[in-house]
Amino acid sequence: MRRTIAKASLLTALNLLFFAVIGTALLAITYQLTHDPIAHSEEIEKLKLIAQIAPAGSYDNDIIRDTMQLAPDALLGNDDTTPAYLGRINGRPSIVVMQAIAPDGYGGKIHMVIAVRRDGRIAGVRVVSDQETPGLGDYIEIAKSRWINGFDGKSLGNPDDSGWKVKKDGGSFDYMAGATISPRAVVKAVHNALQYFAQHRDTLLQIRGHAAEQAEKDKGENQ
Amino acid sequence: MTSQEFRDIFYNGVWKQNTGLVQLLGLCPILAVSSSVVNAVSLGLATALVMTLSGAAIAPIRQLVPNEARIPVFILIIAVLVTIVQFTMNAYMYKLYLVLGIFIPLIVTNCIVLARIESFASKNPMLDSALDGLAMGLGLTAVLAVLGGIREIFGHGTLLSGIDMVFGEAAKSWVFTVIPGYHGFLLAILPPGAFITLGMLIAAKNWLNLRAERKLKGANATIVPIEGGCSPAMH
Repeated sequence: MRRTIAKASLLTALNLLFFAVIGTALLAITYQLTHDPIAHSEEIEKLKLIAQIAPAGSYDNDIIRDTMQLAPDALLGNDDTTPAYLGRINGRPSIVVMQAIAPDGYGGKIHMVIAVRRDGRIAGVRVVSDQETPGLGDYIEIAKSRWINGFDGKSLGNPDDSGWKVKKDGGSFDYMAGATISPRAVVKAVHNALQYFAQHRDTLLQIRGHAAEQAEKDKGENQ
Repeated sequence: MTSQEFRDIFYNGVWKQNTGLVQLLGLCPILAVSSSVVNAVSLGLATALVMTLSGAAIAPIRQLVPNEARIPVFILIIAVLVTIVQFTMNAYMYKLYLVLGIFIPLIVTNCIVLARIESFASKNPMLDSALDGLAMGLGLTAVLAVLGGIREIFGHGTLLSGIDMVFGEAAKSWVFTVIPGYHGFLLAILPPGAFITLGMLIAAKNWLNLRAERKLKGANATIVPIEGGCSPAMH
């Protein structure tokens, strides 16, 4: 009796294993076949997004290949190393496209990309993914409203720190009645990203002058 | 398969045992994606495809799977098929994938897929099972289309918004503004709106059934209450 139970269990287990192996093989084959087309279409989509926020003429290089890795930083809100894209004109860095995450959206994290020009002005911001309430907080998406364009041309000094809030909190950014949490989170994250840009400007723009090295050394000694 | 069987399976899937209105299985994705027609129909069709494929894949191997291990094996096969569909969409229908991407993996957990496998494909030949999956999936798609249409009209005042995500920029002009200058009715877009609309659709279907039955048998016919539903643990 015990032997037959053991035998039945073994057969069941082998059966499961058999289907698991077949399933894994099928998935591995599909993955191999679709890997390149997926990477290709993702790249095209990424480039389209970058083209939306970094206007034509603000770079002339193959921006998608000119990447650097940004380590996790509280100001960017990223938990993992995320890529940033560097646009150049005649080889001189002109614009940086960074990813930032607002951790405090109404429905969780709001993922954004932000393009900052060399002079610290914002070229554009887009929300890449969010779970804000449809019809209420989702006007932060460009598909739903032009609200996100309100950041264009803004920088750390314009408005000053107290202005980097929604109007309800005494700042200078618009919001829609009934949904202040989503724009509040976005404004804060964009402001943080600008601060990150200011702190890491030399690294991001690859300024390797004597002054920059000196500044880095000073910073190292102060820590 | 005779044409009578063919018709029975089809009628059963699309109307009599409709997953959205009668079996009430897989409500989670129904409520989540039915805020617009395009989303609703797209996910409905993806589900129909997975149901057809899984019916066709599981029926031929049904004798090979021991009874105790059938649920894990079925889920494994469904999950593999869903992932293959997901990869393929990602590679060759990228725009559509961007819209539906997060819902596609959820098809695995949609208990209607497993329910049809368990109650039909594990007992019937391959062609019947594939057809059953297709008919059930199309029935679900039809309910999703109506639900999405009603919610979109009441919620946004439009119809077919987002169609450009499926057919490209040129399709932008297909969007239909039903009520111009409409500011939207939030309840219709939020999940409660889905519940209320679905309730009305079920009532409408029951009324139609009752009327048909009365015509057939005279005025004394009564409605058979709907049974079943999906255990919450499945979602």
